[in-house]
Amino acid sequence: MGGPITAALAGGRAGGRAGRSLWLIWAIALAAVPLLNKLPADSPFYLSDFVVSVTGKWICYAILALSIDLIWGYCGILSLGHGAFFALGGYAIGMHLMRMIGSRGVFGHPVLPDFMVFLNWPALPWYWHGFEYFVFAAFMALAVPGTLALVFGWLAFRSRITGVYFSIITQAMTYALMLAFFRNDMGFGGNNGFTGFKDLLGIPLQTPEMRSALYVASLLALMLSFLLCRFIVSSKLGRVLVAIRDAESRVRFLGYSVTAYKLFVFTLSAVLAGLAGALYVPQVGIINPGEFSPANSIEAVIWVAVGGRGTLSGAILGALAVNGAKSWLTTVAPDLWLFVLGGLFVAVTVVLPNGLIGLLRRRKRDEGNGQ
Amino acid sequence: MIKLRTLPTIALLALAMLICSLAPRPATAQGAAADPFAAALERLAGGDFGQIVEGINALAALGDARAVPILRALGDNALAKRQSDQRLAILRDDGPIDAATGTRLEPADRAAYAPIGINNRVRVALRGALGRLVLFSPDDAERLAAAQGVYRSRAAENLPLIERAYAAERNPRIKAQLELALAATRLMSPDAATRRAGVDTLGASSSAEARALLVETRAAANSDAELVAAVDRALASLDFRLQIASAAQTFFQGLSLGSVLLLAAIGLAITFGVMGVINMAHGEMVMIGAYATYLVQEAIRAWAPGLADVSILIAIPAAFLSAGAFGFVLERGLIRHLYGRPLETLLMTFGLGMIVQQAVRLAFGAQNREVSSPTWMQGTIALPGGIAITQNRLWIIVFGLAVLLATVAVIRFTRFGLNMRAVTQNRPIAATMGIPTGRVDAMTFAFGSGIAGMAGVALSQIDNVSPNLGTGYIIDSFMVVVFGGVGNLAGTLVGAFILGIVNKVLEPYAGAVLGKIFVLVAIILFIQRRPRGLFALRGRFVES
Repeated sequence: MGGPITAALAGGRAGGRAGRSLWLIWAIALAAVPLLNKLPADSPFYLSDFVVSVTGKWICYAILALSIDLIWGYCGILSLGHGAFFALGGYAIGMHLMRMIGSRGVFGHPVLPDFMVFLNWPALPWYWHGFEYFVFAAFMALAVPGTLALVFGWLAFRSRITGVYFSIITQAMTYALMLAFFRNDMGFGGNNGFTGFKDLLGIPLQTPEMRSALYVASLLALMLSFLLCRFIVSSKLGRVLVAIRDAESRVRFLGYSVTAYKLFVFTLSAVLAGLAGALYVPQVGIINPGEFSPANSIEAVIWVAVGGRGTLSGAILGALAVNGAKSWLTTVAPDLWLFVLGGLFVAVTVVLPNGLIGLLRRRKRDEGNGQ
Repeated sequence: MIKLRTLPTIALLALAMLICSLAPRPATAQGAAADPFAAALERLAGGDFGQIVEGINALAALGDARAVPILRALGDNALAKRQSDQRLAILRDDGPIDAATGTRLEPADRAAYAPIGINNRVRVALRGALGRLVLFSPDDAERLAAAQGVYRSRAAENLPLIERAYAAERNPRIKAQLELALAATRLMSPDAATRRAGVDTLGASSSAEARALLVETRAAANSDAELVAAVDRALASLDFRLQIASAAQTFFQGLSLGSVLLLAAIGLAITFGVMGVINMAHGEMVMIGAYATYLVQEAIRAWAPGLADVSILIAIPAAFLSAGAFGFVLERGLIRHLYGRPLETLLMTFGLGMIVQQAVRLAFGAQNREVSSPTWMQGTIALPGGIAITQNRLWIIVFGLAVLLATVAVIRFTRFGLNMRAVTQNRPIAATMGIPTGRVDAMTFAFGSGIAGMAGVALSQIDNVSPNLGTGYIIDSFMVVVFGGVGNLAGTLVGAFILGIVNKVLEPYAGAVLGKIFVLVAIILFIQRRPRGLFALRGRFVES
């Protein structure tokens, strides 16, 4: 268990030359994609709107991976229900986007979204009020997952549910939410969820400018999340979290309130997941209960494992690598993708416990020893 | 044979005689007046459609089962007159037979017979007559259908017929249905006493249809205070019985769901509870068992169709062995490298489950495979009080309990079970005593996986056999094990049945989905109070 700790510390002190080159990568990624999108369509460097959206989507996944890594990699809490927080954030923004459709829906109702007209709802349910304001919806996209995590985490950590038990009940939580959101009378569009969005803040979602803006917003959000997580894991708080991961009872006996620490980091992580979901939905244009499916949550965990748990850049790298491979393979050989994904689960747990970052570090160390 | 000595029969006999005597063309056969059946047959041969209809109605009123083949033949245009003496014959593929006696008729040549034509009016009369006549059919299923038919039609003119059928009926189930029909028909009677008798009979029954009838009667009989009081009394007693029946039904459904959960959870109680291995591919073990059942069925269909009824019995060991073998390989190949790292085990087995699912999907296709139930598992058992139990659900309850008992027996009384307990209790000491701990681990995991495979046999009977069959049960079975108390088979049993029954009790109030959500939330809250489940282990095992 020494490996992850040193890795965490190294990640925490990412300064010097390595840090500067990291900043360069960030800046290039931020500027390049929207700029290349602006090139004429026949230029060899032109990036289509589709690529911009897909990359933006991956970046949202990277934020989700970061949020999972924060609790799993640094505090040993394996949540198999993080997809639920992601989806809740997405639903909150989805509600705003539905309200913004206004009378342009199929039924042309000025207030009610199409599915409510279809189900003969007389008026907007109380919990839909306020979502016509973007600021309110954006706040709820973070507050709803945060509150759920706070309540759920308080119940779980208070009674010292740890390890696989916590994993299983978080999985049950997202499963229960999925079943609930599939119901039509919940008022969230049932099976079909929300789609057919028109515009956000007055700008149509389909325009290249909007896509680029969302991409930039996602990347900035990823950067800020990364900085926040790095600040946390390199602070004294982060040391306590790692200590909880490695020897929970000992930390408790030393007088720390393990419950409070875990609750804080779990709630923060849920808020980050909600942020990822909120940025994700406008870019893909749909949110439905399938996002709550337990398989989604566990897939996100595997991104972190592939990249290298316990390293923040590993989580980001893992999310980008796995989703990149997924996008490529599902078009080339769709039948093979599940074998590859399943194989990744087996490979990272049995032969590559520190993920890609661990592999890179080992290679670098070996080179160092060779000289 | 039908008793002819009852009063209504005599009345009908008299009626038939009256009709005969009024007939424009007198019967030609000898003894027509003494045998109303023969007389009615004569009318079928009468010539014009009006007479044929009268003959049909006369036959229906007689309630004689002999009339059924004759009327059916008439409907099929297979009833004919012998040209020589106007005798009625049924033209069958193997030659003409006498309609009245069923003996062969000469000549066999079809040209010697003139078919009796029918029109729509005759067809309508035929349909009605056959509907009433099958009340006297020798076939149980036909009689039951007819009894349900007259119950639904509730025509006062059927009353004497139903009374006769009721008196003659021997089969208790059909008799009960006829009693209801009788009561329902009596409600239509103009006579107040008859109506009240009908109300009392309905009140003593326990069918929801009877309740609707009573409510209807009450609404119609507002002037008759006595009848209203009788209906209210009947309704009260009926409602009480209906409630008991529905409670019993819910309880049975809960047991049935519970036994499914139990089957899926026993294997998990071994691999997760006893060994501490979180196996997310457990659902895929169940799926492998279900596909093994399907393959056994297909093999038997292809090579030994005679064994179709025992195919499921052959499938049980087949499923146990195939899932068990897979479990053995999995443990030796992968899981043993991850002991002591439960979270990694969880992720690895999840990924493995994905691979297995996808492999099965590619091999067998994504669509559902059909596994048919053997005949001895089909149908329902009707208990008194209107409780219906489907046989295959009943067998699954029996199977679930049998598997549990067998598992307990293996753990308690076999050498393997002893080794297994020794290894889980104290691995180093077990090893020093010469127990091959590695092999015991593998066998234990294979055993738990094999039980999951047997669960697949049961699930193939009530669920679709598809690659994601197991996915739907995995979370529920984990809930059962966590709720019941990890490492405790008694807890698994109680947990499974409690969850099954609570699910079914909540369903009518909250709907299936919301009920399930309530149960999940309740378990999460329950774990607050008792983090180690219903039957917590105590002492030195707790922290290990």
